[in-house]
Amino acid sequence: MELQPTSIAFMILALVAIFSALMVITRANPVASVLWLVLNFFALAGFYVLLGAHFLAAVQIIVYAGAIMVLFLFVVMMLNLNRIGTLERSTLVLRTIGALVAGLLLIIVAYAVRSIQMTSNVSIGAMTSMGTAKEIGLSLFNRWMFPFEIIGVMLLAAVVGVVALAKRDSIPFTRRTTGAEQ
Amino acid sequence: MNSGISLEHYLALGAVLFCIGIAGVLTRRNAIILFMSVELMLNSVNLTLVAFSSYLGNATGQILAFFVIAVAAAEVGVGLAIIITVFRNRHSINIDDVNIMKG
Repeated sequence: MELQPTSIAFMILALVAIFSALMVITRANPVASVLWLVLNFFALAGFYVLLGAHFLAAVQIIVYAGAIMVLFLFVVMMLNLNRIGTLERSTLVLRTIGALVAGLLLIIVAYAVRSIQMTSNVSIGAMTSMGTAKEIGLSLFNRWMFPFEIIGVMLLAAVVGVVALAKRDSIPFTRRTTGAEQ
Repeated sequence: MNSGISLEHYLALGAVLFCIGIAGVLTRRNAIILFMSVELMLNSVNLTLVAFSSYLGNATGQILAFFVIAVAAAEVGVGLAIIITVFRNRHSINIDDVNIMKG
């Protein structure tokens, strides 16, 4: 059984993805978690390239590793969580239960994956031009035109909601709650 | 029979990443790290979708992953705005301190 280059790339990327994911959920410092998550996103972009989804790999890096993680870092630094982030009151019982539930779910899903009847056991990879920007764009603006427009409306709603939520003293119940506490 | 990477490998990897995300949501109390764990889970589902898309020779899975990324962007924006509001009121982002609606 000789190893193909794509198989080696898959294994390296899988190790990077799993290790960085474990680092994300175990670091006490939120900034370290954010940076490990960026590495995880890059590993996933590598998988998309291996699968022939080039457009999605670019979107993954630009939107996730670029925009979303900058938003995370910005909030972490704005709230100055380096100081209070370590004051996490997570008990040993909670950690045990969480790990147990995740492990059980993994066993169930692994059993489901094993029981799939594969129609063909061929290796999958970048065979077609299916994932290029041209093909995705043609599909997006023909068959998926309406959902694409709905996504635009949803993003507009999210923008309005974020401004309404995060603007200081813009919500009446915010002032009432703080007033009642003092 | 070849030694390449089949669909099962991608499904197994997606399952592992999803379960790491579940473990993060269940064990961590920091709201921002909770959100990052949710992002891990969304990404593992995206990986599964793209793997099926490549397996079936059909671009629909990639379109769906594209939509998931757009929804995740909106979700992160609104979620972080809520975290900022909670931090302003409670001076903490530990989700055990945000139990006011439990009554």
